[in-house]
Amino acid sequence: MHRSRPFFHVVLLFLLALFVCHPSMAAEPIKIGMAGPFSGADASFGEQLWRGAEQAAADINAAGGVLGRPIQLIKADDACEPKQASAVASRLVDMDKVVAVVGHFCSSSTIPASTIYADAGVLMMTPGSTNPAITERQLPTLFRMCGRDDQQGVVGADFVVKQLKAQRVAVLHDKTTYGQGLADSMRNRLRSAGQTEVLYEGLTRGEKDFNALVTKLKGVQADAVYFGGYHSEAGPLVRQMREQGMKAPLISGDGSFSEVLVVSAGGPQFVEGVYMTFGADPRKIPAGQTLVERFRKNGYEPEGYTLYSYATVQAIVAAMKATRSLEGEKLAQWLHTHPVETVMGIKSWDAKGDLQVSDYVMYRWDDKGKYREVE
Amino acid sequence: MDLYILAQQWVNGLVLGSTYGLIAVGYTMVYGIIGMINFAHGEIYMIAAYLTAIFLALFGLLGIQSLPVVLLGVLLLTVFFTALYGWSVERVAYRPLRHSTRLAPLISAIGISLILQNYIRISQGARNQGVPPLLDGVFRFPSDSLDQRFIQITYLQSLIVVVALLSMALLTWIIQRTALGRACRATQQDRVMANLLGVHTDRVISLVFVMGAAMAAVAGLLVTLNYGSFDFYVGFLMGIKAFTAAVLGGIGSLPGAMLGGVVLGLAESFFAGFVNSDYKDVFAFSILILFLVFRPNGLLGVPEVEKV
Repeated sequence: MHRSRPFFHVVLLFLLALFVCHPSMAAEPIKIGMAGPFSGADASFGEQLWRGAEQAAADINAAGGVLGRPIQLIKADDACEPKQASAVASRLVDMDKVVAVVGHFCSSSTIPASTIYADAGVLMMTPGSTNPAITERQLPTLFRMCGRDDQQGVVGADFVVKQLKAQRVAVLHDKTTYGQGLADSMRNRLRSAGQTEVLYEGLTRGEKDFNALVTKLKGVQADAVYFGGYHSEAGPLVRQMREQGMKAPLISGDGSFSEVLVVSAGGPQFVEGVYMTFGADPRKIPAGQTLVERFRKNGYEPEGYTLYSYATVQAIVAAMKATRSLEGEKLAQWLHTHPVETVMGIKSWDAKGDLQVSDYVMYRWDDKGKYREVE
Repeated sequence: MDLYILAQQWVNGLVLGSTYGLIAVGYTMVYGIIGMINFAHGEIYMIAAYLTAIFLALFGLLGIQSLPVVLLGVLLLTVFFTALYGWSVERVAYRPLRHSTRLAPLISAIGISLILQNYIRISQGARNQGVPPLLDGVFRFPSDSLDQRFIQITYLQSLIVVVALLSMALLTWIIQRTALGRACRATQQDRVMANLLGVHTDRVISLVFVMGAAMAAVAGLLVTLNYGSFDFYVGFLMGIKAFTAAVLGGIGSLPGAMLGGVVLGLAESFFAGFVNSDYKDVFAFSILILFLVFRPNGLLGVPEVEKV
């Protein structure tokens, strides 16, 4: 009864061969977690991170992937909430089985999530969490692609004292790990320079009305206001300062480093005279020029942490290529001792996982809504 | 203590309180008529902010410059479309649950609030959005002060206070004096009986949602113009504060919503201004707890008679 059908079998074999032997599709992708705030008030930073990482993954895959396998980014949204950060970290480790993580963004998310990655031996590199406590805990598999707030706060404080020559400095923060940490390091430097702040207070994230606080700033006659926090609060704060006739400059950190600050303030006329610290503009680093052009051609301005995120993926991949391994400890060991060439120049890390060189500089906003480095 | 600073904090608190009051009305009206908390109301306010920006941009695109025309046009359009959202929310999320347990609409309110938030996040993007300052200018007393010794209120802030008071008066008049208001009160007192006597209760409830949303639209417009920026998340905190104001004033009472808003705004302003802004919310909510302990029906609320 059973008639052999050679043709059919040949076709079947051929199809099977196609299935098994397809060059890159067949190779199991290497999963890398991309964790950050993709929803919630900080989602604009999440977008920067995702754009950078996505582009990096696409470029690496187009060049043949890593160890013959493509990389696949797994998006994990922590909404900048510590609890959710722990939850998505567990998911990345247990369910998705990622071999490395790019992220998180908010320091308050990075800290709880990092212990989970460290326990699982998963390499983690944050493109934008600047709180000093992150690397002070000496987790062996934890790195960052950015500076620290105790470096950033020092630059801020020195600028306020030496350049602005302010006498009555008010220090505000947004009660987050990042914001308060930055404000504290600024305050410490201020005090060691022999100045005591006239006001040290926190405001509530998500609120828009800081008029009472601004009136208080007027009452203590602050001649410079330092704010540790993100642009969504820095914008309304500076607007209400100007509306109430305060001319004192506002100085902030990397959390305001986005053109969205103009939108948050409701117009470029309000951000004039706002200062902020950030790494030397990554878009000006020669190594990244062609990439910046490519981003712009697609109608996206790679500002803020976009290139940091791109460079983070590059560093992780470089470690994989060099060690020919996917083990967190091996990758970390390599990164601790080897410099990596990234889109942001050559980066190297110390034993804690901090960058060897941080390059915070001060930027100033003009009345056109653009920022440029202060000479 | 500097008298100017003290007076300025009164102004700050009054303006902030008026914005709370404008939004609190939506909570209090819905609670008054069907006894449920419409947790999606903060989101309605957020949508109004987006609509304001969209219509402002539209008017700018059409080249209409005249300030009164723009303001009035944007107000009418925003109120209309926001009211549409309010009506749809009631139709989709609450009406089908009218005869189920008391908790069911509460949960669907939270659900619809999440849906609206994420719908806006996906369709409009997660970034902050801004509107250009439309009504620049400020009253200062004394106006010739050269140093920082003056009290001030911007045109927009004074508009917020005036509009809040006017709309409160208007709504109170509607509820107390018109046929529609009578239908509302009848529905509130006994829905079945009102229905038997020819009141179209479903339509009345819809109308209450529409009115609440319209008030949120007015607030969305004014507050957005005042602060200049917003994102898809602004409804959350504002909703909580406004809800607190409504409870403080006595939920179900219209003047209570306004009064509660102003009390909350002043409490926040004074505590932030003279004690510490870190703990202003702690202070504000402590007041709320004290009220709930010693005066459970709020400032102007009437004790609910348990129907047997």
